[in-house]
Amino acid sequence: MDKTISSDSWQYRALNAITPGLNYLSDALIDLVEQGHPVMAGSADLQYSNGLNKFAACYPERYIQFGISEQNMVSAAAGLATVGHMPFVATFASFLGLLCCEQIRMDVAYCKQPVRLIGHHTGISLGFYGTSHHATEDISTMRAISGLTVISPADGPSLAAAIRASVDWPEPIYFRIGRGREPDVYAQDMTFQIGTAIEHSQGDDLTIIACGMPVKEALDAANVLRSDGISVGVMDMATLKPLDREAVLRAAQRSGLLMTVEEHNIIGGLGAAVAEVLAEEGCGTRLLRHGIRDEYSLIAPPNHLYAHYKLDAAGIEAMARDVLKNSRVGSQQS
Amino acid sequence: MTMQNGITHRSKVQEGLTENQHRWLCDRAQFVRLEAIRLIEIAKVGHYTSVFSCAEILAALFYDVMSLRRGEPHWQDRDRFLLGKGHAAVGLFPILADFGFITREMLESYTRLGSPLGDHPDMTKVPGIDFSSGSLGHALSVSAGMALGARRLHKDFTVFTLLGDGEMQEGQVWEAALFAAHHRLGRLIAIVDRNGFQLDGRVDDVIGIEPLSAKWRSFNWEVHEVDGHNVADLTSLLRQLKADKVRDKPVCVIAQTVKGKGIPYMETEPGWHLGYLAPEDAQKAINHIKGQEG
Repeated sequence: MDKTISSDSWQYRALNAITPGLNYLSDALIDLVEQGHPVMAGSADLQYSNGLNKFAACYPERYIQFGISEQNMVSAAAGLATVGHMPFVATFASFLGLLCCEQIRMDVAYCKQPVRLIGHHTGISLGFYGTSHHATEDISTMRAISGLTVISPADGPSLAAAIRASVDWPEPIYFRIGRGREPDVYAQDMTFQIGTAIEHSQGDDLTIIACGMPVKEALDAANVLRSDGISVGVMDMATLKPLDREAVLRAAQRSGLLMTVEEHNIIGGLGAAVAEVLAEEGCGTRLLRHGIRDEYSLIAPPNHLYAHYKLDAAGIEAMARDVLKNSRVGSQQS
Repeated sequence: MTMQNGITHRSKVQEGLTENQHRWLCDRAQFVRLEAIRLIEIAKVGHYTSVFSCAEILAALFYDVMSLRRGEPHWQDRDRFLLGKGHAAVGLFPILADFGFITREMLESYTRLGSPLGDHPDMTKVPGIDFSSGSLGHALSVSAGMALGARRLHKDFTVFTLLGDGEMQEGQVWEAALFAAHHRLGRLIAIVDRNGFQLDGRVDDVIGIEPLSAKWRSFNWEVHEVDGHNVADLTSLLRQLKADKVRDKPVCVIAQTVKGKGIPYMETEPGWHLGYLAPEDAQKAINHIKGQEG
């Protein structure tokens, strides 16, 4: 048959060529190698999904193909760390943060091995690939593991900056990242401080605290709300653990209402972490936890899902208006 | 030579092992058993039989085959040892104390409130433990990472990993088996303590693992079988395997052992996977192991 195909067709391996966001991970690791850090990267048959194929091409002797064996990859990364390597291992967050939860607990965190875990395509960003490929529990599992830092960058530049900032970080880290198509929120040269929330703006009526992909959407929603005279602040809680408790308290003192936004079950995630601080500190500030409400996501293309679950700018704006109108947060919650 | 009552060894000493060395290794295996009995008295429950099946393996590795430096648990070029069957740690801790890796005081604190020493080994608390274990199935993966990482750094040490035969039922073992063979980790030597029993009964009744040698061979590992209580055979084989620097396959040594080896009533009763010997029975067991009455 005729082997020529239309320019509208595409094959998987060329995917990363059209999603430049995926390059941030590889580029950040290449920078670390060039600075002399003993980086060793690995992936479980997903190098074209996480973009590590670029790193592998640059430094084949520093790349390890693990095949479809995620648990083996995590444990082996711990072994690599014991002999002096700085391992970065990547796979879908649904597998890393859930399937490998026990290997992360036992071999990485409990053993204090400085492994960097990259859980990509997190949340519902794999859309119609379905529940098996969605990660709406990984914040919950990972932040419950003692000795593990959890970082959820909003975009490529902040992922790269977080990786730069992580070089001397003493704990292993779980990076919860998107699918590489998130629009940039930050400049390329941004500085990331692990454990410090990024306060974009302050508001008397409402502070939206978000992490990951929804940060950009929250910023856009806040702009619309402000144009209607509502005083809205936005905070990027890019480090989920250790949580910036002071930033939460500042927001609670300033704003009449807090709203967390996350691509995650509202149980155990960012909203829960913020609620813990509010309760422990005796803050009376109301909190709306906005995210996936303890259900398995529907099947749809990602952007349709974000709209359906009100995780896009319009949805966040609508949720904020609703909750500002009602005196009781509980009326918003299922 | 022969030890009375307990462990018999082939009288013909293998090539490379002198009579004195042989006697010493038998003595160290006996030491492991006796210390396990003594320490378990503190906790009042423990894995006697899991230690007894691998006492000669531990003795051969630590007192002959592995490159170690007494008093230097973190010496970078040491051979690594991972105890996949972490529940046998009570047999390993006395060796660490013997090597000066941990203090006598630490050893005597075994399982007491706040002790670094529990039923399973913790690398963050116990010098000489090269990696923590307790959750079966992880150790071979960690070992593969160590062996691959060492090769990339041009380090020459060997990684020895002692696995339980029940542990073969863990899926991650076979992920690691594929991985190690694919990456040609010739400096990785796994030893399976094939004592035939696990908590719920005979391994082959619980979930059978045979044909075990054929399985490992089909995973592209070099496979050897050995009498796991014959220190001469064990030592000879492990020395040869360690000395082979050109082999590009990982090795699996299937050590045929007897669970509870040395105490006759433990050897025939699978319930002894976990148990406690009251002081009078412990003393009889000690006497028996020492070749005295009991």
